Order: sequence, then C-alpha cells, then structure tokens
Amino acid sequence: MSLFLRSTGTKRTSPLRPLLTMGLGLLGIVAATLPTRPAQADDAPLPAGLIEEGHYQAVLGDCAACHTQPGRPPYSGGMPFKLPIGTIYSTNISPDPVHGIGHYTEAEFARAVQLGIRKDGSALYPAMPYPSYARLNKADIHALYVYFQRGVTPQPVDPPANGLIWPLSMRWPLHIWRWLFSPSIQSAQLRTNNQFSDPILARGAYLVEGPGHCGACHSPRSITLNEKAQTAKDGPLFLSGGGVVEQWVVPSLRQENRTGLGRWSEQDIVDFLRTGRSRTGASFGGMTPVIVHSAHAFKEADLHAIARYLMQLAPARKETPWVYDPTTTDMLRRADLSQPGAQTYMDRCAACHRTDGAGYGTVFPPLAGNPIVMTDDATSLIHIILAGDSMHALPTAASAFTMPGFADTLSDREVADVVSFIRQSWGNNSSPVKESTVKHIRHSIPQAETPDQLPKN
Amino acid sequence: MTDQTFPPAKPDVVVIGAGWAGSIMAKELTEAGLNVTMLERGHDHSTAVEGTYPGSIDELRGAVRKRLFQKLARTSLTIRNRPDQTALPYRQLAAFLPGEGVGGAGLHWSGCHFRVTEDDLRLRSATIERYGQKFIPKDMHLQDYGISYGELEPFFDKAEKVFGTSGEASSVQGQKTGRGNVFALDRSSHFPLPPMADTFSASVFRQAAREAGFHPYSMPAANASQPYTNPYGCQMGPCNFCGYCSGYACYLYSKASPNVNILPALRQDKRFRLITQAQVLEILLDDTRKRATGVRYIDLKTDSEQVIEADLVILSAFQLHNVHLMLTSGIGKPYDPVSQSGTIGRNFTYQTITSSRVWLPENRCTNQFVGAGGAGVAIDDFNQPGFDRGRAGFIGGSPVWVNQAGLKPIAAAQGSGGKGSPRWGGAYKAAMIDQYRHSFSIDAHGSNMAYRDVYLDLDPTWRNAYGQPMLRMTFTWKDNDIRMNQYVVRQIGDIAQAMGATRTSLNSLLPGQLFDSRIYQTTHLSGGVILGSNPKTSALNRYLQSWDVPNLFVIGSSAFPQGMGYNPTGLVAALAYWSAYHIRQTYLRNPGPMVHA
Repeated sequence: MSLFLRSTGTKRTSPLRPLLTMGLGLLGIVAATLPTRPAQADDAPLPAGLIEEGHYQAVLGDCAACHTQPGRPPYSGGMPFKLPIGTIYSTNISPDPVHGIGHYTEAEFARAVQLGIRKDGSALYPAMPYPSYARLNKADIHALYVYFQRGVTPQPVDPPANGLIWPLSMRWPLHIWRWLFSPSIQSAQLRTNNQFSDPILARGAYLVEGPGHCGACHSPRSITLNEKAQTAKDGPLFLSGGGVVEQWVVPSLRQENRTGLGRWSEQDIVDFLRTGRSRTGASFGGMTPVIVHSAHAFKEADLHAIARYLMQLAPARKETPWVYDPTTTDMLRRADLSQPGAQTYMDRCAACHRTDGAGYGTVFPPLAGNPIVMTDDATSLIHIILAGDSMHALPTAASAFTMPGFADTLSDREVADVVSFIRQSWGNNSSPVKESTVKHIRHSIPQAETPDQLPKN
Repeated sequence: MTDQTFPPAKPDVVVIGAGWAGSIMAKELTEAGLNVTMLERGHDHSTAVEGTYPGSIDELRGAVRKRLFQKLARTSLTIRNRPDQTALPYRQLAAFLPGEGVGGAGLHWSGCHFRVTEDDLRLRSATIERYGQKFIPKDMHLQDYGISYGELEPFFDKAEKVFGTSGEASSVQGQKTGRGNVFALDRSSHFPLPPMADTFSASVFRQAAREAGFHPYSMPAANASQPYTNPYGCQMGPCNFCGYCSGYACYLYSKASPNVNILPALRQDKRFRLITQAQVLEILLDDTRKRATGVRYIDLKTDSEQVIEADLVILSAFQLHNVHLMLTSGIGKPYDPVSQSGTIGRNFTYQTITSSRVWLPENRCTNQFVGAGGAGVAIDDFNQPGFDRGRAGFIGGSPVWVNQAGLKPIAAAQGSGGKGSPRWGGAYKAAMIDQYRHSFSIDAHGSNMAYRDVYLDLDPTWRNAYGQPMLRMTFTWKDNDIRMNQYVVRQIGDIAQAMGATRTSLNSLLPGQLFDSRIYQTTHLSGGVILGSNPKTSALNRYLQSWDVPNLFVIGSSAFPQGMGYNPTGLVAALAYWSAYHIRQTYLRNPGPMVHA
C-alpha cells in the first residue's frame, strides 16, 4: 500500500486521488465480450424530476472529481494516476454499453457503488469510497442509477490502458480488505441513520458520512488505509483530520477551538462550502476541486444540515482557546521589523492579509486565528507560500482570486521565517518551522498551475 | 467559452474590442438572451498573470516598456499639427497610451470615475443661453449630446455600482449631504463605497482650497476603499495606496477593470465567447451598404483571415480604432475640413491638461510613492456651469486636483532636474530626494473643444502591418483652450501660496504652443464618430446607433462631441449602459433605425 504515494497531473484532481489510485482500473477492464444491450433502449417514461434528482446525487457524491478528466467527455474517465508501479486511469462510467457501464443492472450498479464489487465479481480498489456510499438509501441509489443510464451521454471511448506490473496488478487481495473493513449496506445504513432524532442533524449525518464521503480525507486512516472511524458514533477520531495529501494538511472538521471548526459559525461553514470562501477562511489545495465539482451546488438546506451536523462533533483534542493578541500588530505599526520574518511579511503578505492578520472578508482570508495556520503540521502554509493557489470561478462566486507563489523570490530560510512569524503572531502561538522542512516541501510539491490554468479575472 | 482558432458558429452579436465598452455591451446583450462573440486583437489578461505580485509592479516592464499598451509595430497612426503638413507615424508611445489585450485601456487606467456637469451634455445650448451665439469662436464645432443628465443618471448609477466606485455624494434624491462636490448633480443613490482616504498632499490641498473660498471634494475613484461585491457577483479587494494603478494590472483586485468587474461573470455565460488575437480589419456590409453582415478579421494565432457573421455589430474598440474601422469599412462619409461635410473623423478632441508642482518645507513629507490612481481632492469651481466664462473669455472648463497616484522610482528620477537644474551629480540627487519626499503636483484637467481643422482621416501614404491605410491625426492646441488652461493655472498659483509652498513650478500652455506627441499628455482622446441629432454633423443618433447602418452601434468616447474636463470613462460606461438599455428595450423588438432623421 505504501506504493501509493501521490499522483501528479492537473490541480483539478480530487484529494482522494492517492487512494483512488488503488481503486481505479477495475471498471475499465469490464469485459467487452459480455452480452450488451443498448444503454438507452429502455425509453419508458420516467417519474418527473428523477434524472435531476440523480444528477444531484452525482453532485453530492462528487463522481465527476475522478471520473471526469478535463478535456475529456463527462464521466468518460481517463484521469491519470501516476504511481511508482505505473500509470492507471479512472474508468468510463457513462452509459456506453461497451466502454462504460451501460450494461449494468441496477442491482449490479448498487453492488459496485456500495460494496465495491464489479459486475464481473472482482473487487474495486477502496479508493472508490464505497464504505461511505454503502450508506446511500435505495431511493438515492435508484436515482443515481437512472441518471447514469439515461441522463448521461454514452461516451464510446476507453481511457488509456493501465500500465501496472504484475503481481501488483492483481486484485483478489482487495476482497480481503473489503471483507475486513467495509460495512454491509444494512449495518452502514443502520449506523448512520439511527444517530439523531433531529431530522436536520440526521440529514447532515447522512450527507457527511454517506455521499459526501468527507471522512475519506478528513478522518485518519490506519496502516491498512481504512478510515479509523466512519460515523459520528465511532468516536472522536471521525473527521479529526487526515494526513498530508499532495503536501496539503487535511484539517479536522470537529469542534477544536484552534485547529478545528470551533470558531466557525453555521453560516461560515455554509458560505465556505457554497462559495469556497467565508469570513473565516478560503478554500485552497485539495478542497477546492471538491467545492468546484460538488459542494457549491448543494441545496441550501443540505449545506445547513451539514454545517449543523459538523458543529455538534465534540473536539478530538482539548485546545487553549485562541484569543487575538495585538502585540505583533502594534510592532508592525511601529515599523518594528526586528522579528525574523517580519520584513518579509510586510513586503509580501501584509497588503492582502494586513498587519493585524485579519485579512479582508471573503476576498483575502485572515491569518490571525485561521485553523490551517495553527495545525501541528505547517505543510499547508509552507506549500501555499511557495506555490500560491487560486480560488475558482463558481456560479455562486464569480471572482477567482489568486495568491501568487513565492518559490522564485523567497529562500527556504525566508519562507521558514515568515511561516514561523505567521504561526506565532496574533495569538496563533504555534510552533516555528525549520528551514529543512521548507526545503523538503519545496522539492516535493506537485507542479504549479500553468498560466492557461490560472483564473482569468 | 474559450478561445478558438476557427470561426465559430454564427452568433447574434459580434462585439469588437474587449475593454469597458465592449464588456458592458457583451454583458447586457447576453443578459438579453443573445449569443455574443467578442473579438479582441490582443492577448487575454488576468490578475493571476499580469497582476501577480511582485512582478506586476516592475516599473521597467510596466510603464517604461509599455507592457499593457498598444503594440505600435503592427498598428499605429500618423500625426501632424495642421492640414498643410505631412503626417508621420507615431512610432513610440508617449502622448497617449491606448491599451491592447483583454480589458483594453480599462485594465491600465487609473480609476478616476466621474459623471458629467449639466453643461457637458448640452454645451452648445448652454453657451448660447449664457453668453450668446457670438461667444462661440469661428470654426469651433460646439455641439449638444441630445441626451439629458436625467436620462443618463440611472446608467451612471449602474456603472458606479458595477465599478465599485468610492466617493462622497453631495445630493441624493434631492437631499443635500453637506459633503462631496457642491456642484455635482443630484444622484439617485450614494456611491457604493465611501471615499478613498486623503493622502497627505490631498489633505493639504483640501484645507488650502477651502480657506481660499473654493469647494474641495474627494474625487470619485474606481479604486475600492473597502472589499466590495458588485451586482454581477464580482468581488474587489481594498486598495492599499501602493501607487501602481496607471499602466498596471492591480494586484489587489481593487482597481475596477473589465477583467475584475465584468468578465468573471461573463465568462461563465455559455452564450458568451471571447476570441483573442483577432484583429478586425473591416465591418462587412451587404449590397445596400445599409446593413452590417459581420466582420472580417485576422486570426493572429494562425495568421489567417476569417469572417464572422452576426445580426448586430457593436464597435467598441478604443476611440482611435473606432474611427479607423469606420473609415476602412466605408461606413458613413469621411469628414472633409474644407467643405465641412462628412461625419467620420469630425470633432476629434482631446483634453487640455497641465501639471504644476509645489514643494513643501522639509518637515512636511508628501511621500510621492504613496498613491491611488483615482483618489485625490478636486475643486470644480472652474468647471461648474455657474463659473463665469464670459469674463474669463473661454468656453469649457477645468477641474483642479491633487491626484497623488504614486510616483514610481524611474519616473521620479526622470522627472527631476532639468529646466536649469542639474541632471546629474550630488545636486541632482538632493533635488530628486527633495522632490520625491516633499513635493506634489496639482493638475489642471481641462476640456478641449472641437474645431474645423482638427480631425481624423486616413493617411494617404502610411500603411499598417495589414496593408491598411493608417489613421491620420491632425491636431494642435487652439487659443480658446490655451486661454482656459492659463486662467486655471493662475488660480493654482494662488492656492499654492496659501499652502506655504517653499517653491512652485507652474506649467501652462503657451500662446501658439503646438501639440507635441513626444510628451505624455493623457490617453483621453475623444470624438470622430460622434452622436447628435443631425446626420449631417453626427455619425450616430442619441442611442449610439449608426445613422447609416442601423445594426451597427459605436460605443466609446469616440461618441463625445467635444472633450470635457472630467476623465471620460464614467461617461463611456454610462453611454454603453444607455445604448444597451435601448437596444434591449426597443431595437431587439423592432430592429431598424431608432431615430428617424
């Protein structure tokens, strides 16, 4: 499993990709020799709105994140995952009978999505988050099936062929993983559905633990790569923060005061998911594609249900509450730049993030009290200073602000100093970082966006 | 939605030029449900590339090497002062700086965002009412717009809300605020953002002007004083007075531009398509010559000629290019200064601007590196309608302002010394430091009238890279405007004394002074395809619709009958929204001439 380090490619990639790497390739080898039937032969009238509902389920589940590669037709797969053992590609899940999943019955579709078993009986890599999708109820699975059979255009194209070396290309060991770590549909649904009597919290639990599969990134995984907790009921490890994915730290979504969502309001969470920006922080790194493909299009009521559910997750760790400390602000306003990193902060950061670290609303995010600034692991902060990042234009928020990268203009020492400065100012009180850490991250971050990929405003 | 190197399917509308005017028209017409293709001769521009910090504030690459400006190697114009001279090409950008690329001049502008005075829209009528017909000099082509301020007000208001303009209203729905420009016309609502803070120099000017009995106010600036979200959902960051506005893409997203304020929304609209590196050569007409059928352009990516057909053509390039394209397309009759017939190229105007400088004592620091392009303090006492031009002896007027826009290091070094002071050595350095830290400029930003022998036509000799005749500019300063400038600069001298200036360098035009294209003046060129009520003296009707080709609208300062004291962008935007409104309300329901001559 340690072979699955990280993938390269476009930034549109899901943060799940290193895990997906394990699961892809399977559907693609679907036998072309099987008897086929035209995917859209069944033209019986559908209940009104069912396709739209199925589309919404696909948005909730963020299917496009892995199965739609920019520059290729929707759901035709082909997203590359470069591994030390070769490159594999996500599969075509359009209803083409030969190249896609047009020949799947609804029961076979449900078995693949919820239990990780292909039509031919072999196992999917668990990067396909079927342990989460197991929680999908029958109606939602039905809508999703109808959508993928009749709402999506069949794409008669194959993703590029996988190039994995035997014996690593063998799939049968995955059945053991599945048997050990993946719940049955019944137990998964029972566990998620019986937690809350409040219908809003129950809906939130369903969305977060089920289609939203938030835990895939935000929950810690064990050495065998299973999520250590899959529901709120499973204890405080659930959504308590994942590891480092593509040199981005996946933060906790629980109520820790400093490094979780403890100081975010319900509206902050809703704004963040809907527009990629809130007064408390802006999306960057691996979360941005999730918002671009998926979260921004959630219904208002669903966003509030998610927020309310997250807000009742007790902290996994006790943290001294963050309190704003004006010392740094006062120093900078006196033009006292004696602290290491202060000069760089003034020259490179303060125009947007201000000398008081407060930023400017939803335009430039705050650094004072921002959870991602205070996580134990400072990788994200170092990464974004080196590489920069961009918000994306969304129907819910047209402006795509860009933070420039400073890899070309700041040395490892300067980056370490300014990161330490930010982590220790305004009450953030977090540990400083070493020059060697910056050096390591500089050499391991994925390639930055090319000018063509940058936002146009 | 993205660039293509082949001609796309026929859109409903083709828009020529991706600056403010084109972006506004494209937004309005896609909102009306039309498919719009916008052609831009330059590259795409974005804050993430052209505005990325700190590369964006490289003065050598920016203002000195003209990063965002027109590439004269391909297209330029020729210039002369008088009709009896031979014009020569404008080979180096100096006097004026047209933009190139998405955003156009709207990406590299400063952000001064004015409306108009009441007289600006009816200058001929107002002059005759106040001073009599005889007050108009011979061969001055004074003209009304034929649109009242009341008619345009909703569109000024809309533009300010889109631009996120910072300012201080004087009168809102008849209620006086006791602040702002006392001479400003009534507004339907407040500015969307509070005024920009005064720089030290602006505050000194504000106090001195007030003490001298004038009426200082905060200049309306399309530089955001706070974070802002406009009606299109486009967001701006707040300005930090870094001083890199004019000539640069704003790295803080705080200077309004088509790129930041309109295109993010437009680019999401599937009805909108932008084709960059598309140099339009001609607006195509059918056999009747009364209907545009599309445009012919060169795709600069492939160096191939393309035709794109459309039902409606919006010509919204920079003023000079609007005139040029009308002439090369053979639309309307070219203006002839001898017979004074024809309309295309007629009433070409500019602005009459001079900048004076005052020095304060060493204990008062003006810190010239601080600034914002649209911010400052102005007085309108010599621009407002009530100012007695009869006694002063000129038509037109001039606001006076301290608009500390941020002096960059190379410009500061070039701007010091000379005029009898050393250009090198210790004395030069001391003078430069003194000027950078303790001086500031006061501008007379005046109007420019239209004259019989000031015009644009096609050059008989010089051709551009595409084999077309270049545009020829015949322009110089005229007595009326020189008198206006001299009068106003004298008043600046009085205010400077009241500030405790240790030294003053007043600059005004001299009698008989010729226009010199080698020295920066302003990019506020106007006229040449003007609107009006008479097809014999105007190219467009009051809706900016061509009299000759009713499915062609020509948007921009090229429609101004004469040059006004204020910066033109506010009026350009208001006229664009005005024209778009009437296209949507009237033209689309019943395509054809909206005014019958």
